[in-house]
Amino acid sequence: MKVRVLVSFKDSVLDPQGQTVTNALHTLGYAAVRDVRQGKVFDIALENLTKIEAQALVPEIARKVLANPIIEKFDWQFIEET
Amino acid sequence: MKFGVVQFPGSNCDWDAFHVLRNVLNQETVMLWHKDHDLQGVDGVVLPGGFSYGDYLRSGAIARFSPLMREVKAFAKRGGHVLGICNGFQVLLEMGLLPGAMLRNRNLKFLCQHVHIRVENARTAFTRAGQKGQVLRIPIAHFEGNYYAPPRTRAELIRKHQVVFRYCDATGAVTEEANVNGSLDAIAGIVNEAGNVMGLMPHPERASEALLGSTDGRVIFESLIASFARRKTGSGGKPKGRR
Amino acid sequence: MIDDRVLAEHNLTRDEYDLVLRLIGKEPSLTELGIFSVMWSEHCSYKSSRLHLKQLPTDGPRVIQGPGENAGVLDIGDGWAVVFKIESHNHPSFLEPYQGAATGVGGILRDIFTMGARPIAVMDSLRFGPLDNPKNRAIMEGVVSGIAGYGNAFGVPTVGGEVYFHDSYTLNPLVNVFCLGLARKDRIFYARAEGVGNKVLYVGAKTGRDGIHGATMASAEFGKDTEHKRPNVQVGDPFKEKLLLEACLEVMEKGLIVGIQDMGAAGLTCSTTEMAAKAGTGLAIDLDHVPQREKGMTPYEIMLSESQERMLLVSRPESVAAVQAVFAKWDLDAPVIGDVVPGDRLTAAFKGETVVDIPVRAVVELCPAYRRPSRPPLGTERRRLHPEPPVPADLTEVLRQLLASPTIADKTWVFRQYDHMVQVNTVVLPGADAAVLRLKDGRRTLGKGLALTLDGNGAYVQLEPRTGTKIAVAEACRNLACVGARPIGVTNCLNFANPEKPDVMWQFEQAVAGLAEACRAFGIPVTGGNVSFYNETEGQAVHPTPVIGVVGLVEDVRRALGPGFRRAGDVIVLLGGTKEELGGSEYLRLVHGLEGDAPPTIDLDTEKRVQEVCLAAADRGWLRSAHDLSEGGLAVALAEGAFHAARGTGCVVDLAAGIRSDALLFGESQSRIVVTTTATRRKALLALARAKGVQASVIGRTGGRDIVIRLDGADVIRLAVAEARRIWKAGLPKALRARS
Repeated sequence: MKVRVLVSFKDSVLDPQGQTVTNALHTLGYAAVRDVRQGKVFDIALENLTKIEAQALVPEIARKVLANPIIEKFDWQFIEET
Repeated sequence: MKFGVVQFPGSNCDWDAFHVLRNVLNQETVMLWHKDHDLQGVDGVVLPGGFSYGDYLRSGAIARFSPLMREVKAFAKRGGHVLGICNGFQVLLEMGLLPGAMLRNRNLKFLCQHVHIRVENARTAFTRAGQKGQVLRIPIAHFEGNYYAPPRTRAELIRKHQVVFRYCDATGAVTEEANVNGSLDAIAGIVNEAGNVMGLMPHPERASEALLGSTDGRVIFESLIASFARRKTGSGGKPKGRR
Repeated sequence: MIDDRVLAEHNLTRDEYDLVLRLIGKEPSLTELGIFSVMWSEHCSYKSSRLHLKQLPTDGPRVIQGPGENAGVLDIGDGWAVVFKIESHNHPSFLEPYQGAATGVGGILRDIFTMGARPIAVMDSLRFGPLDNPKNRAIMEGVVSGIAGYGNAFGVPTVGGEVYFHDSYTLNPLVNVFCLGLARKDRIFYARAEGVGNKVLYVGAKTGRDGIHGATMASAEFGKDTEHKRPNVQVGDPFKEKLLLEACLEVMEKGLIVGIQDMGAAGLTCSTTEMAAKAGTGLAIDLDHVPQREKGMTPYEIMLSESQERMLLVSRPESVAAVQAVFAKWDLDAPVIGDVVPGDRLTAAFKGETVVDIPVRAVVELCPAYRRPSRPPLGTERRRLHPEPPVPADLTEVLRQLLASPTIADKTWVFRQYDHMVQVNTVVLPGADAAVLRLKDGRRTLGKGLALTLDGNGAYVQLEPRTGTKIAVAEACRNLACVGARPIGVTNCLNFANPEKPDVMWQFEQAVAGLAEACRAFGIPVTGGNVSFYNETEGQAVHPTPVIGVVGLVEDVRRALGPGFRRAGDVIVLLGGTKEELGGSEYLRLVHGLEGDAPPTIDLDTEKRVQEVCLAAADRGWLRSAHDLSEGGLAVALAEGAFHAARGTGCVVDLAAGIRSDALLFGESQSRIVVTTTATRRKALLALARAKGVQASVIGRTGGRDIVIRLDGADVIRLAVAEARRIWKAGLPKALRARS
């Protein structure tokens, strides 16, 4: 079983790295790019767990460890359900 | 006063803090290992600077889960003095013993240089040997020193006088230029509501010997030592963070 | 099976292969061939340089360990020893600037702590192409971030170094990293697998497929699907290295190990064979016990992997449990992977079969040493091909240009990214002529201190290799004299192009001869170093660039000198004389676009005497500041004196015309130091210089808010310190188009 957790800054928090990437893309001529937010990807391999248990466990570890709830938000999905 | 300096895997200013406390200020000092559960009866805990766990994930994010930190949390709840320097401050933030969070420096680079900080609150256990408005020349060395707090937290910090230090220029003026890492309100150090836990990004242990260029950092340690001595002799109650 | 194509891919000549056959008495397996390939490579065997390096002076009363081990060791008294070396990581830094530089730092740190020394300082010597080329900017940003990222996390201060820009480095950046550590002199550890019956332990990171070059063919020895998984440049893990440091120092302190070697270039292959060869023993290892982070690794891959942050330890059987307990405390594994055995062979087992069985001496000591053909490049008979360049009318404008040029401009952009204060020992911070560290011994600070500097000038060496290299050594020692330190030892990193080309080989020979001559003149031993050949890409070769690292001692660390003017009204004295020589100078290159035909001249005897005057005066407390003259000459040195002055104090200097004014102001004549002293000490200082046969003249006074230089009474330079400082500070950030 594999899940993917995406962690990024909350919208209200300044993301200078994302801003730098945006500027770089504009410099290279990609005017269509309006904004970039940079984040982190955690691919987590789980074992001996049911899907329901995973649905409880993943948000818990995301909230407790992977993201800092003061400044970060997270989202997650299954990438391998067995 | 007996001090304990906590060692996490990757801490690298631990022996610097130990050196200043024991050799320069002649205080009894022990090292506290992150896996232990024993605070060895210390009167004050110092969380030193460095790169605990390589700053992987987030600075201080993993160190806060150490077995010893459970004891430090209880110690702080009982009113024990805890000083977090740089990475130590980051650990306190991650643990929630201090409010707010750290972001990357505004210029996205590591910054190692002398800065000036102004004492905003001279009534804490960590600053009572100094004066409000006093300017201290102390070095910083960090990648993630850009302090952030959501609006409500920020308002409380100001209301309860929990801001202890702000970045300023040599004359004491808080300017955009002096705030090299871009911290909210140029905040360099804060104390908790009860006034017994303080975190600051600058390194006072690097400004405690004339040979190295500045002794302005000593006031923080000396304040702590004096506060503890006062407490021991029973004069005054718990040091407070507010006026 | 082993045909010419296989040999070519393994970088072995047919003659070398025939020698291998003779030495081991059989046809080697592919793994064994890989072992010879990597151990007989230029980088590991020094086959093109070994013979020439023999002429370097390596003995001295302080020498505890000279070249031949992981690093050199010098006795500094009070029971302490310094362990230091310099290494290069040039090509990886071109491929992947951040990780290339980071792993370069990691490698040199391990070379130091494997000897039992805690690293207390790092310096870096960096050379990039001009910053108007975005590729060079990207390389510089990556390299500086990489060094910072690794060194800062590990917890060692990066206290000094140099940064140069020249077109010859555009496709060949040079990244040389120096490290110095402190050890108790009676507790130095060596890379020797002593004691038959002792156990061999592997500690640190797991082994992956990092850095296995050369083998692009599909073969039975390679998993068919490994191609795309093989990383070319390793990713450094400074956190892991810090844990490794603490665990290793702890087992050393507890006396639990008898030998230790880090796994750097050629990984397990190098550490096993070298440790056995040095001890005169054999080693038997089981590859199944080597911790692996990839599935299905072959013996070839395991033996040749260059995964970082790994060490090989040898310890007595009864100590193994204690060693493993220490490593477990630091969250590291320390499995036993083999034994020290009688004989002189390395054997390795894999899934029950012996896959390696070779004599270690063949691998480590019997690689042929070559005396490659050498010939000076055509056109060394210098002719003035161009008319003499005119002296510019506005010399103040020239000074502005020099101050803004990246090679001369303020380097704060670089060293602000390095934690240069961790370990609370740094007394003289980056930006001065040399770094100065205090030494803590238990509860006290020792009176003496360490001084360190790195110096080199590829342009001079390109013009005249022997002279240019002598100058590099002289300049390093001069920089030490300017902080009040006397040199005690040398390490060197020799960066050259392809040694199979006779003119490159000639440059190398000349440089080594110059290095030997200068070190002998200063009485300082070479304790070790590094040779980096093949620094050339797409036909463009680097300037031959020896980088010299010199370590010195300051008697009283509280009295270390700096370059900045201390107060208005001090007397400025120039020690040494100025000749009309502009060749190789930054001024000639920047303003006239010329390299010149010869570097400045150097007379080592004069140089020594000038340094002696500076040191003697410093010892007596007569000097308020001292600064050596190098790129940009006298005018830049005076400006720098003002920039480092506490209150932006300027100067007023009067010179007598004689030689060309641009040579007088910006020429890079050697053996010159500008010092300031009080009015009362002036006479004594001049008398001291006279007694030592050193030319010395009062040239002016500190004071005012401008840098003023007059020639025969007329202003030739008048520039406000504030304006000059602004230009100097903005030079590098502007060139990098950085925001802060």
